[in-house]
Amino acid sequence: MLRQMEGSAAIAQTIVGCRPEVVCAYPISPQTHIVEGISDLVRAGELDRCEYMTVESEFAAMSVCIGASAAGARAYTATASQGLLYMAEALYNASGLGLPIVMTVANRAIGAPINIWNDHSDSMSQRDSGWIQLYAESNQEAADLHVQAFRIAESLSLPVMVCMDGFVLTHAFEPIDVPEREAVDAFLPRFEPAQSLDPADPMTIGAMVGPEAYAEVKYLAHAKQMQALDTIPAVAAEFETAFGRPSGGLLRGYRIEDAETVVVALGSVLGTIEDTVDAMREEGVAIGALALKSFRPFPLEEVRAALEGTKRVLVLEKALAVGVGGIVSANVRMALSGIQLHGYTAIAGLGGRPVTGAALRGLFEDAVADRLEPLTFLDLDWERVEAELKRLAAGGRSGPHAENILREVGVVAARSH
Amino acid sequence: MSERVDNEAVERSREQAAIHHQRVRFYQVGSHVVGNRLLDPEQRTVQARTDRSNAITSGHRACRGCGEALGARYVLDAAMRASDGKLIAANATGCLEVFSTPFPESSWQLPWIHSVFGNAPAVASGIAAAQRAKGREEVRVIGQGGDGGTVDIGFGCLSGMFERGDDVLYVCYDNEAYMNTGVQRSGATPPAARTANTKPIGTHPGNEFGQGKDMPRIAMAHRIPYVATATVSDPHDLERKVEAAMGIRGARYLHVFVPCPLGWGSASHDTIKLARLVKETGLFPVFEAVDGEVTAVSKIRRRVPVEEYLKLQRRYAHLFGENGHLEIVARLQAIADRNIDEYGLLEVDVAPNRPNSPETRQGEGS
Repeated sequence: MLRQMEGSAAIAQTIVGCRPEVVCAYPISPQTHIVEGISDLVRAGELDRCEYMTVESEFAAMSVCIGASAAGARAYTATASQGLLYMAEALYNASGLGLPIVMTVANRAIGAPINIWNDHSDSMSQRDSGWIQLYAESNQEAADLHVQAFRIAESLSLPVMVCMDGFVLTHAFEPIDVPEREAVDAFLPRFEPAQSLDPADPMTIGAMVGPEAYAEVKYLAHAKQMQALDTIPAVAAEFETAFGRPSGGLLRGYRIEDAETVVVALGSVLGTIEDTVDAMREEGVAIGALALKSFRPFPLEEVRAALEGTKRVLVLEKALAVGVGGIVSANVRMALSGIQLHGYTAIAGLGGRPVTGAALRGLFEDAVADRLEPLTFLDLDWERVEAELKRLAAGGRSGPHAENILREVGVVAARSH
Repeated sequence: MSERVDNEAVERSREQAAIHHQRVRFYQVGSHVVGNRLLDPEQRTVQARTDRSNAITSGHRACRGCGEALGARYVLDAAMRASDGKLIAANATGCLEVFSTPFPESSWQLPWIHSVFGNAPAVASGIAAAQRAKGREEVRVIGQGGDGGTVDIGFGCLSGMFERGDDVLYVCYDNEAYMNTGVQRSGATPPAARTANTKPIGTHPGNEFGQGKDMPRIAMAHRIPYVATATVSDPHDLERKVEAAMGIRGARYLHVFVPCPLGWGSASHDTIKLARLVKETGLFPVFEAVDGEVTAVSKIRRRVPVEEYLKLQRRYAHLFGENGHLEIVARLQAIADRNIDEYGLLEVDVAPNRPNSPETRQGEGS
């Protein structure tokens, strides 16, 4: 049933519907409303067997999930930004141990400069942590993906990150159909752990492995993610049958059949991209969009199949690999290896910079006309950048860039650009 | 998770433990272990029983004379007995983890997990939360690590576990440095000790004075129901404390002094002797604390000067001999003397009329 609600509230209700046995979190914006919501529901007795713990750090939150999951409990946490980075060591450990923990990442920029607004720097930085990464386009999809995430995680013994744009989704109110408890119960069977810390059957978990077997263990982690390329669409198809709406999967094309230009992106920005595509289509431009839903595993073959008929590909990403450029682009180009086509990367929306329809329109037109540089920074204020570079070149102590630029910009906290 | 236990419950548990263990002094035999033979079978140590669980069984790769291997076996076998074999352990990275689990072998006869260096208390909390969620509260949880994993990198997680009162017994096996990585100083390294990065070079030979954490005191400051210190030289005392800790719910802390022949430059056969001397000098007070208050101390049986303890270890070699630093030895003696005063470690210091204070223990087996 569609109800007007905040994205975070929908996630909280969905998680409770998935009957986690241990929920453990540390507060960080913009994840807070999700875990507060779960705390409320657990306190109100919505779950009969659930331990909710607020701990002293994200590192501890993931570590509690590791202990709980290894002991056979369905475990959940949520974080963002600095919190995800603070978890990093435990993230690799959770995937290395094959623990099916599910975590929401309310995507947010990483400091310095400290910034609480949305981009994908956080989850992209952990793309090689061994976690499956699913990206939600909307709050409806974010809610649905969590139900699927537990299924995928537990069937493969791999942890799953559900990435949803911080504030843009987490704090947005819109009509959402929260997956009904009974339907979730039918879709998501009780967790039967592949391994468990059990005094009746003592097991050593986390032993030391030397050069004689480490590579094989890592390969098996890769093999499981390759297996996920089948599991993710299968679970999405099953979800659609059970809940009557499409959600998740590996990717989704939008008007790409005859498109000469395809824009690839992930997350909530796809809404604005598709609006822009529609507008340009009306004017006869053969343009389409490709929504990546699963970034890890990366669906190389599916991306290749979706893009091989097109002339040019523009990857729009909300993260920057400093020193090289695009992160998603590198993966898309790997999928297109051997295919000659124009490839562009646009870095957009960093630190919450709004990605407007007007800006996208200009960007797409430049792409269609092949006027783009291989790496473009959407809506970058070149005047400020040049001024700061000039100050640097003049020598002497120039001071921190962030403070210098903010002095020029003035007091206009996070205004729309 | 919070399940603070009132004083009464602690007292009951202590009384039961006291009834269970006949008070015996083994002055006449000179060894703490051999004295078992003088006891009724029921009163012997868990270690002396043929049915002990051998939670960490033989064949592991610990060095000869390793105090930590010994301490872990004493603690876990006692905890296994107290929990009727329903025990799960979470281990920090470190010697204990490395020497016990060289793939594909494992010494652990109980369910055991190693995650990373700094999170053993949190992993243990997670395991305990899972037991509660599943209604299996008879399954008990131990977290354990060395001093580096406890007082340094795992400190945040440990403090959080204490503060929340999670139902975990955390055990620190303290050998006073990072032994697994090659004997670097930790926040538990004593002053003047030589480590790989506190060498006797320059004007301040060895580790600095005025540094380091008093972890048992920090644990007590959390007002958790039970904190105790012990050494591997006195298995009766150590096992009794494990049993007392296992009789209580909530966050509990046990700090076990475990000599390291490799890191300390001591003879393998001196491990027990050093653990006894550290207590007899006063350098390591052996005590129990309930709800943040010291309730019992193990008295010094025969007070010895710190030299007797220090001279057996090459990490203090720079303090003695021709270019020695007797003034530093005097400062270490002053630390021991202060402990003796502060904890009342000598028989004559027994405060006769402390209200509500349980009778001061004599340190069974000493």
